[in-house]
Amino acid sequence: MTRVFIPRDSGALAVGAEPVARAIARESEARNMPVEIVRTGSRGLYWLEPMIEIETGTGRIAYGPVGAADVATLFDGDFLAGGAHAKRLGPPEHIPFLARQTRLTFARCGIIDPLSLEDYRAHGGYRGLERALALGPAGILDTVTKSGLRGRGGAGFPTGIKWKTVADTASSQKYIVCNADEGDSGTFADRMVMEGDPFMLIEGMTIAALAVGATQGFIYIRSEYPHAIAAMEAAIKVARRAGMLGKAMVDLEVRAGAGAYVCGEETSLLESLEGKRGLVRAKPPLPAHKGLFEKPTVINNVLSFAAIPFILAEGAQAYAEFGMGKSRGTMPIQLAGNIKHGGLFETAFGITLGELVDDIGGGTASRRPVKAVQVGGPLGAYFPRALFDTPFDYEAFARRDGLIGHGGIVVFDDTVDMAKQARFAFEFCAYESCGKCTPCRIGATRGAETMQRIIAGERRAENLAVIEDLCHTMKFGSLCALGGFTPYPVMSALTHFPDDFRMPPKGTHLQAAE
Amino acid sequence: MQSYESWSSDRAADIIRQHADRPGATLPILHALQEAFGHVPEEAVPLVAHALNLSRAEVHGVVTFYHDFRRDPPGRHVLKLCRAEACQAMGSDDLAARAEQRLGVTLGETTLDGRITLEAVCCLGLCACAPSAMLDGEVIGRLDAARLDALLSEAQR
Repeated sequence: MTRVFIPRDSGALAVGAEPVARAIARESEARNMPVEIVRTGSRGLYWLEPMIEIETGTGRIAYGPVGAADVATLFDGDFLAGGAHAKRLGPPEHIPFLARQTRLTFARCGIIDPLSLEDYRAHGGYRGLERALALGPAGILDTVTKSGLRGRGGAGFPTGIKWKTVADTASSQKYIVCNADEGDSGTFADRMVMEGDPFMLIEGMTIAALAVGATQGFIYIRSEYPHAIAAMEAAIKVARRAGMLGKAMVDLEVRAGAGAYVCGEETSLLESLEGKRGLVRAKPPLPAHKGLFEKPTVINNVLSFAAIPFILAEGAQAYAEFGMGKSRGTMPIQLAGNIKHGGLFETAFGITLGELVDDIGGGTASRRPVKAVQVGGPLGAYFPRALFDTPFDYEAFARRDGLIGHGGIVVFDDTVDMAKQARFAFEFCAYESCGKCTPCRIGATRGAETMQRIIAGERRAENLAVIEDLCHTMKFGSLCALGGFTPYPVMSALTHFPDDFRMPPKGTHLQAAE
Repeated sequence: MQSYESWSSDRAADIIRQHADRPGATLPILHALQEAFGHVPEEAVPLVAHALNLSRAEVHGVVTFYHDFRRDPPGRHVLKLCRAEACQAMGSDDLAARAEQRLGVTLGETTLDGRITLEAVCCLGLCACAPSAMLDGEVIGRLDAARLDALLSEAQR
């Protein structure tokens, strides 16, 4: 029976994968041409979703974007044998967007049945755990440290050092916590992993538990991701039944967030897991010493855990060979917003922003010129075309007053008003602030008000001076990155797009302020 | 369309009991209550507090801290429009204004006839098929004015 692969990733569902699946089932029955429909994750080529694939004797053939209305003609064109059709894309791995990637973390996503352990194992799954069991805790820590892996949530802290701190802290109870509160606009890689390859996350967390001596783990998933929550819960059940999770090793539990962006901050997330308001904690103590319920806790992003099985299976060197400078390995970059070819692009660090936006992303979806790209979520800087030579690398972005964050790139065309984007950055911070520290709680509200005055043309020079001063206070005085990084989008908009703020010519604003 | 149970303290106590033994049970309990009743009724707060050995103020604090928890019942349909940057870049501001105008409510409100609650959401993770929305839990990508109008008409029927 021919196998037909149809994504159940929420990005594919959002653009009609379900009616396509139903139409194929109906049509195959009507024509007495039985097929086996396998629901997968997404390959991450979202402009081609719903993208379906057919297994043929010579590999898979992709068609997309397929609508339910295309299904009859697909059967007419003998698509089950890879036949010709206007929507035929050929072998998916030959599509340039996929062919140019280095998929270490996303090697299986969109290919396997996410809930089949057999499929997972057949595609290299659990080889990392096998190796980890042979190496023991010290060997695992050494491998992860040597791989150069840095936290993929945004902070970029070396994962090996974090794990070693937990391993070295004596305690009768330790926890593994996965931060799946992927709240940054323009990011969806965590969601794709959980929906498309959930056993990889389970394997990564299991290896972490082995390394530090933890027995219980939590995956904190934002409530805006109901499909990811369902997929992870189903995968955990399958893994438990197969003896891959449970009392003998580590057990995992999914917890749903409740719509608070700040809970993506690790200490706020821990408070939330404890059942409290998501107030940010002052550090120290580090979560590695006193984390969940005051116990030593490894807390990592989905993509950090997801990188672990490859690192263990193939060795630290195989991972560290990719990348540049202190940014080793690959980064699943997410191309989003007003972009022609939006999706998941995993590649070694070092690729330039311009290559990502123009060559790979194909420019804007609206066919208008690119004016700005925001990298790293709502707390990331807006970059103009003049900075498109910046390589994707933690330090290179920091040198240009930006950050790569969780790897999201949101593209805007020339209709965007950067003063409004700067105001939105303050408004977002005000809306999501946990309220614990003054610079963030008060600063964001005052910032939004002041920016509104600038937009309205009230005493621009003086108000711009207030904004700069406020940003300085927020950057250096806030307890966490929410208040501390809101200045990035604000100041980058001001610096790179002064025309949108109708700033007075240089030199005059100081005089006006006096 | 969503349908919810009407308030019953027995039922609430039952729900609370199912989760009370989990470590840090507050959020799981509040989610379960909202799933059953469509919101977190004020009457539930002392029950949760008692079960978890917390003060009512602490539970009230949690209910009001998180954007998800509603203190009033929603309309029969809930339409969430993404307001975050990736969707802004694809015109979500205009779509939100259009929905507000057509329904005669602002984001966060329910129409007078109780048919639709219009809510803002900051990111559904559908940023490569923006603008996005969620209607009664169903994800929607590549939203445009025509599709929005169709969704609103369907929900208003």
